Amino acid sequence: MLPKPLRLATAAATAAIVLAGALRAHDARAQGMAPDALVKNVTLEVVDIIRTDKDIQAGDRKKVIALIESKVLPHFNFQTMTATAVGRNWDKAGAAQKARLMDEFKTLLVRTYASSLAAYSGQKFEFRPLRAKPTDTDVTVNVRILQSGTQPVQIDYDMEKRPAGWQVWDVRVGGISLVANYRTEFDNVVRESGIDGLILALQRKNSERAPVAGANKK
Amino acid sequence: MTMRWARKLLVAMLLSGAAGCATTNGDPRDPLEGFNRAMFSFNDGFDEAIGKPVATAYRDVLPAQVRTWVRNFFANIADLWIGANNLVQGKPLDAVTDWARFGFNTTLGLFGINDVASEMGIEKHDEDFGQTFGRWGAGDGPYVVWPFLGSSSVRDSAGLVLDIHFDPVVNHDPKGVRYSMVVLRAIGRRADLLDASRILEEAALDKYVFQRDAYLQRRRSLVHDGNPPRAARELPRAEAPETAPLPRAIDTAVRLLEEPAPGAVSSGG
Repeated sequence: MLPKPLRLATAAATAAIVLAGALRAHDARAQGMAPDALVKNVTLEVVDIIRTDKDIQAGDRKKVIALIESKVLPHFNFQTMTATAVGRNWDKAGAAQKARLMDEFKTLLVRTYASSLAAYSGQKFEFRPLRAKPTDTDVTVNVRILQSGTQPVQIDYDMEKRPAGWQVWDVRVGGISLVANYRTEFDNVVRESGIDGLILALQRKNSERAPVAGANKK
Repeated sequence: MTMRWARKLLVAMLLSGAAGCATTNGDPRDPLEGFNRAMFSFNDGFDEAIGKPVATAYRDVLPAQVRTWVRNFFANIADLWIGANNLVQGKPLDAVTDWARFGFNTTLGLFGINDVASEMGIEKHDEDFGQTFGRWGAGDGPYVVWPFLGSSSVRDSAGLVLDIHFDPVVNHDPKGVRYSMVVLRAIGRRADLLDASRILEEAALDKYVFQRDAYLQRRRSLVHDGNPPRAARELPRAEAPETAPLPRAIDTAVRLLEEPAPGAVSSGG
């Protein structure tokens, strides 16, 4: 029989180990999860929160951004996304510039994403089964948004398999690739004012005041 | 009187187009960039002054259900020519689906205000003559921005002429009803885009370029019914130059984006 303090300590240690194990198991589930299942889970979870959270319903933008940062961002690969959007100029950027580009681009996308979520008004989703071999490491997951009186809007998530699990590196909405759309813009800015100019332009864009929260609910 | 007004407008636009020629990026897809940018700011000004306020009022005053009825009503009329376009594009099954939609929605859906066909699982399509020409092999041609009508291309402008010529709403008599319907449809469409235009505002560094590229990408996707060829992806990996130790997907993606549509070529402003 161990003395009491020691027993407490072992109990605490056991609890910690179990807890850590549980957390790791949670990670492992995200890692092992098929890309289409991952997209479905995250989408439904986020939409459910948007629909039920009173602060978000009242237009609390900060809360939407926090939601995106905790639930959605871990499944995006911002390095690939930024590198693809910057395109051929990516190699001209130094490590510090790359980090800042990634950071600013991430902020811009999160802000835009928050506005898109604010526009959500109960449309239904259709999750299409993934057509890919189990060995594929580069897949496209299709989701469709159904709305009466319009053709369904198709959303394609281009995903790649990473050690941390499947990650999105481009989103195409109705055939419009986010990354491709930024490419011309970024290219123009870099040609005129270099990589630093692009960082500055993104910073300036990000410091603009957010549009009136919940403007669509006025 | 209308003629004189139209001529003044045209002269004003041509002048502003000439003035706008200074700011171009030499994008090969957009040789008319100077003119287009002028049209774009003209449209933007019109939208700020009239389009957006009217559409916002429309959205705030009418309940969502009524707006859905309006959207469905015009969408139902459009299904007739969507079907015709599908037929001439060699997709008779899609055409039959479109006309079945029209049949169900016009009867069970009360003159189209309820989209019962979608609820039955008969999906709506998006077709027009510009897409038909694309399907037949016509490329986009230069990008064009038209006053009031907005983004287009040479191919899609040709399509637009036919779309408008055959448009049952534009051809409707008496004129009083015709004009009210055209205006109502335009307001409804603008109202449906309020969220999208706010997001565009927030996402773009250069709204003109962002909208242009989005338009061209969207049309390409529509011509291929949502599955444009992504040939570059099939390239053997060996052909990819071994460069910096970037994640593999970056190589693929950069190649993918740079090959099919050589975007802005650095020919200088």
